[in-house]
Amino acid sequence: MTTPDDIDDLDALAGLTDGVRRAAYRVVAAGAGPVGRDDVAEALGIGRTLAAFHLDKLAASGLLDVSYARKPGRSGPGAGRPAKLYHVAAGEHAVSVPPRAYRGAAELLAEALEQAGAEEILYRVAGRHGRQTGRDPDVTTPPAGRDPDVTTLLTGRDPDVTTLLTGRDPDVTTLLTGQGYAPAADGPDRIVLRNCPFHRLSEQFPPMICGMNLAMVQGLLDGAGADGEWAARMDPAPGRCCVTLSKKQFD
Amino acid sequence: MTAFHLAQMNTARMRAPLEDPSMIEFVEGIALMNALADRSPGFVWRLVGDGGEGTNTAPTDPDRIYTLSVWESPEHLRAYAYQSDHLEYLRRRRDWFHPHGADAGLVLWWLPAGEIPTLTEGMTRLARLDADGPTPEAFTFRRLYPMPELSRP
Repeated sequence: MTTPDDIDDLDALAGLTDGVRRAAYRVVAAGAGPVGRDDVAEALGIGRTLAAFHLDKLAASGLLDVSYARKPGRSGPGAGRPAKLYHVAAGEHAVSVPPRAYRGAAELLAEALEQAGAEEILYRVAGRHGRQTGRDPDVTTPPAGRDPDVTTLLTGRDPDVTTLLTGRDPDVTTLLTGQGYAPAADGPDRIVLRNCPFHRLSEQFPPMICGMNLAMVQGLLDGAGADGEWAARMDPAPGRCCVTLSKKQFD
Repeated sequence: MTAFHLAQMNTARMRAPLEDPSMIEFVEGIALMNALADRSPGFVWRLVGDGGEGTNTAPTDPDRIYTLSVWESPEHLRAYAYQSDHLEYLRRRRDWFHPHGADAGLVLWWLPAGEIPTLTEGMTRLARLDADGPTPEAFTFRRLYPMPELSRP
């Protein structure tokens, strides 16, 4: 629930009102791993100093976390200083006025579904919703939301950050990006989903919410006509969605 | 070396006997998932029963099976239960098991490292959770209690 205390989240989110900073956040969020200022500068067509400025502001407000690593292939003397890298922080921020508590409602609904043993119905509903969205992605409102400003900002180079960074299957990745799954290629035959749109709920009700995600992603693939090429399955690991996509093998 | 370990008991009523064709995939998974537990980080001990496929049953209700195990920490148990191939079996649990309704199906509690819990103790903890909700003596993943402080004589 958004209480007066949670209004403090507004401080963290306020930095995103700057269009360039928001675009920088999107580039980091779309990265397959930690992202450096050079990557952001290149993706946005801005200078490295400006990119670093915005990234450090995002880190200071708690939206990004910082790590240091050398570029792959460089080690030993002469490898240079480790690069400062950025990734999305684990903390969640939401502000709602007037106060709304949809997560609390979702927890009650999930608990009731579990007690009733109605998981199969939930999976069917999620699958149908996914198929609908896969057929016509613009009709349903994606959970992640679309941001015309960022798209416009990036249009000069590439309208889709994920495609820009992963360079593959725009249809499937665009569809999954629109639903907030933050897909990333892991080799030519596998896509991992770096974000669970229902993360907190999935921690509380893992089998049910992960099963809902699986049904939803299967539905999305089916609706978009991509189920002949990609198969979704349960493939849990910490720090990402428990569903992964594998390219179907043809003999 | 931590002073306490985490015990867990889980119970569910089967929709059909283990020999029933509808239970084949579950039965095939028992040995696989037990082997996975045994080699999972933080695994300490589990009760190997004398029911079918090494499952644990109580004489009062042959359709109800139990798991009883001990782990170094809730994080270790969570990683095995929810971040491994085991999750797929949990996702499909309604294919093989009745819903719990309002009764608890899983209970967690801390026990001194080196001790081994009994099925009876687990049932008592489960009843405690049903009666009082989560307490330090019987709790759930959704409401974890921290490891007790070690009291020295």
